[in-house]
Amino acid sequence: MLLEDKDRIFRNIYGFHDSGLKGAISRGSWDGTKFFIEKGHDWIISEVKTSGLRGRGGAGFPTGLKWSFMPKADPRPSYLVINADESEPGSCKDREIMRNDPHLLIEGALLAAFAMRAHTSYIYIRGEFIRERERLQRAIDEAYEAKLIGKNNVHGWDFDFYIAHGAGAYICGEETALLESLEGRKGQPRLKPPFPANVGLYGAPTTINNVESIAVVPDILRRGGHWFAALGLPNNTGTKLFQISGHVNRPCVVEEEMGIPLRQLIDEHCGGVRGGWSNLLAVIPGGSSMPLIPADLCETLTMDFDSLTKLKSGLGTAAIIVLDKSADVIKAIARIAYFYKHESCGQCTPCREGTGWMWRVLERMARGEAEKSEIDKLFDVSKQIEGHTICALGDAAAWPVQGLIRHFRPVIEARIDAYQAAHKEAAE
Amino acid sequence: MPKQLIIDGKLIEVEDGITLLQACEQAGAEIPRFCYHERLSIAGNCRMCLVEVQGSPKPIASCAMGVNDLPPNRDNSPKVISTQSATVKKAREGVMEFLLINHPLDCPICDQGGECDLQDQAMAYGSGGSRFVENKRAVEDKYLGPLIKTSMNRCIHCTRCVRFMTEIAGVEELGAIGRGEDMEITTYLERGILSEMSANVNDLCPVGALTHRPWAHNARPWELRKTESIDVMDALGSAIRIDVRGREVMRILPRNNDAVNEEWISDKTRHVADGLRTQRLDQPYVRKDGRLVPATWTEALEAVAAKIKATSPDRMAAIAGPLAGAEEMFALKDLFARLGSTNVDAREDGAKLDPALGRASYLFNSTIEGIERADAILLIGTNPRLEAAVLNARIRKRWRQGGLAIGLVGEQTDLAYPYDYLGSGGQTLRELADGKHPFAAKLQGASTPLVIVGAGAIARADGRAVLAAAARIAAAATQGKDPSWNAFNVLHTAASRVAALDIGFVPAKPVTTGVDTFVAAAESGALDFLFLLGADDIDMSRLGKAFVVYQGSHGDAGAHRADVIFPAAAYAEKSATYVNTEGRAQMTARAAFPPGDAREDWTIIRALSPLVGHTLPYDSINVLRADLYKHAPVLAALDRVTPADAKAVAALADTKEAVKDEPFRSAVKDFYLTNPIARASAVMAEMSALKKAAGKAAGLAAAE
Repeated sequence: MLLEDKDRIFRNIYGFHDSGLKGAISRGSWDGTKFFIEKGHDWIISEVKTSGLRGRGGAGFPTGLKWSFMPKADPRPSYLVINADESEPGSCKDREIMRNDPHLLIEGALLAAFAMRAHTSYIYIRGEFIRERERLQRAIDEAYEAKLIGKNNVHGWDFDFYIAHGAGAYICGEETALLESLEGRKGQPRLKPPFPANVGLYGAPTTINNVESIAVVPDILRRGGHWFAALGLPNNTGTKLFQISGHVNRPCVVEEEMGIPLRQLIDEHCGGVRGGWSNLLAVIPGGSSMPLIPADLCETLTMDFDSLTKLKSGLGTAAIIVLDKSADVIKAIARIAYFYKHESCGQCTPCREGTGWMWRVLERMARGEAEKSEIDKLFDVSKQIEGHTICALGDAAAWPVQGLIRHFRPVIEARIDAYQAAHKEAAE
Repeated sequence: MPKQLIIDGKLIEVEDGITLLQACEQAGAEIPRFCYHERLSIAGNCRMCLVEVQGSPKPIASCAMGVNDLPPNRDNSPKVISTQSATVKKAREGVMEFLLINHPLDCPICDQGGECDLQDQAMAYGSGGSRFVENKRAVEDKYLGPLIKTSMNRCIHCTRCVRFMTEIAGVEELGAIGRGEDMEITTYLERGILSEMSANVNDLCPVGALTHRPWAHNARPWELRKTESIDVMDALGSAIRIDVRGREVMRILPRNNDAVNEEWISDKTRHVADGLRTQRLDQPYVRKDGRLVPATWTEALEAVAAKIKATSPDRMAAIAGPLAGAEEMFALKDLFARLGSTNVDAREDGAKLDPALGRASYLFNSTIEGIERADAILLIGTNPRLEAAVLNARIRKRWRQGGLAIGLVGEQTDLAYPYDYLGSGGQTLRELADGKHPFAAKLQGASTPLVIVGAGAIARADGRAVLAAAARIAAAATQGKDPSWNAFNVLHTAASRVAALDIGFVPAKPVTTGVDTFVAAAESGALDFLFLLGADDIDMSRLGKAFVVYQGSHGDAGAHRADVIFPAAAYAEKSATYVNTEGRAQMTARAAFPPGDAREDWTIIRALSPLVGHTLPYDSINVLRADLYKHAPVLAALDRVTPADAKAVAALADTKEAVKDEPFRSAVKDFYLTNPIARASAVMAEMSALKKAAGKAAGLAAAE
């Protein structure tokens, strides 16, 4: 059963209606915001905890719990930083929110900042998002003008909202690299601990949340945490923006309940796989960093954090990339490996050296120009990267390669055999 | 609260706030590392120091994990850490493989070979062959000036050099550009680094990416004989190691001495080594018919003896230069005393210091380590960056910890840390001394204030008044505070100075007579005989018709003017005592032999003594030292600082003379050319020219 319209949070995700303040208010935004603020910091956090909301940026960490890590009586200012550096290949949800439902985000930011006793919020927008920044800025200006945010606003909680515009580096989507970039330095992840909740932006307590995580907060509060928790599956609650791209008939961004079967998602919203379900080769379920899942496992797959983890993959940002049988899966993963090689910040050894190595081997494998023993070597190299790096980019680079080898080893071997058959050396 | 850890099966208690790596070392486990360095911030990027922590799914970089940050076990039992497990070994081998895939493995032609961290650790964690069959990365070499040779293919991106330049040297000229495997360490502008400490990055570099250009391909480390000694390029007495092959000093490296130089040395200390080979005086000379001609020792000594015998004691004088050791100064003073003359002076620059006031009146009383306890510093007429680069790094280290107010009276210049510029000259100093200046209140509000007077400020005609004003400021700032804290500090620039004052190598009336009166007397014909013990920085054109003996190691200004030259050993070639600016007596060691006929200084004076009829009663350096220690017991307390009686500062403060308005000047104008050895060094000349050109370029840019 598909998500009913009454349970939809992003009511203007396709931009059919006015994205400005007037339109947003007509869709229910900024309604009762003062009332929630009067209920206090802890009420908001407990309501978000009740909702079971898990971070929408990829890692799926419970949002309410994350907020509760913020110190309650600290002389330093607290900051809310919103991560809009949406750079994961396949992901395209945050930009739709900023384009078409920016007031959900701004209202969510006010409520989240209030919950964490922050008066200032920064949103770090990916460098390529020019129009998105303009739209969001317009919405922010409207909100300031209407005294919804800013000093002495109608809600009684001073709140400033600033846009910072990145320069297009993927690594700046990593929360601590984002903070470095925001502070004006080279975007390189910080060592943890200390975690941002203790020492974050400008050395002050900071929480970094994804755009979608923040944008759903007003509706969770308006309709109650229990409403959100009732949607989806246990521990995987609520609705989620799914982004389906690749070999489907109608690629789209769609809000759906967590735990929707993959096949239903593709068939009902995307007009099915190109050439029919039987033409499906594999899906990458959560953005390019998640290991792919071959067609035979897709039949019964549900789209939520836990079931995908069971398959050694992950929901990530719920950016589903569909590959049909016309796709060269080795070449596809080689392209992903190139992306991670290109976006590695170069700070720590395994990722700096290993991503380039994996990409070069995969490029050769895509041509078949390799030895079969190199498949195991490649897997070993990916394992040497995974878990040994400062941030998760090393893992993100290693997982797709591991997924390929786990599920498509025969394809690689066949490619190598074919190449060697075509390039026999002359007998002596 | 001490925390208990079980490291490799050994239960240990560790103190708060240390890192896991330090804890492992305390437990006796050796942790390999490249990027981690005790004195730099933690980068955690090489990933070589991974250890396994019970309960953590991933291996943990031990350098970046504080023991306090380890999540406690549920039952509060000590955390179990393994540094030797199979997982750890596998992880480190993985990192090592990654480090080596793009490393050129050109050890046979690499200067780092034999003392390379990567080489050493590859022995433990490397594999015999390579699984990497792709092309290796090629990186263009960068130009970082005459001291740093780069071979960037070898770089493993540990960023130690970047962190040193940014944090310790305070010169943000080195950084990383590019991303991923294209990341490169560079100045971007391809301009030589303008720091007096820059060559330390070569020591820090764990591979051969940054090596010492002046020594490139000169010697292998295992061919060198290593001697631990003391530097004399400034008055700090930094701990050094002199590496020698055959008779030749090949290189000078820093040694660790937390009390003085930590483990840094200035570029001058390090790269003056080539100056020990050039312009050397390797045989005696005697001036005949206006020309210096080679002579034997006998001829030279007899010529000098004849002149001494023909001169009345009040018409002779001796001046000791900045590099003279305590032993030779003592012998020379002894000889002059026996001849009946007290005309000896080591205050070559004319500093108005009087040892009769007490030791505290001329020492850096707070000690160099004490800088780290300071919470307010007043610099008077000094540019510590040029006068004592390593000490300046210590001030910067303290400044980085926060809560330090720094004020400067004198030349406004870049000290590598921000300071309040209070004024240029005497007027400001008078206001400070009278407590009228706002910074005086800052000093009085500080619990451990520091007043540092530069050598340039006390070498002026009103130097005594400057000294007195500084003493008054220091006395006012420490009034009613911890009596063991002496805030009065003199920052000397000559290595010989403190020892000379300790043994009394000054005239009988040190306030009114000295180098200036000697030179004036020579000019007017009232002085017939002048003995220069390595003194080159006086105006040689003013010495009139005086008979000049120059005893020293290098053919500099003094040798050109001399009538007789005694060739002597340089500091690397003799065992001599030097007392640094804080009063720490230290001894150099002989690393090489002096060239040709040159001899150790004290033996020359001893050889001269019987010829003038006053045989000095010491036939060995030990007998001489026994006598020396009787006269100046502080010199016997090697490597220690004996606190001086602070009453001397109070006595100094009492002198009421007016400081003149003229602006203060630093004693050092050209950092690279402060003494005869440095002036003989081609490397120092190149650095000096580079710095001048950069200064001009900056001036032009500012003018535009």
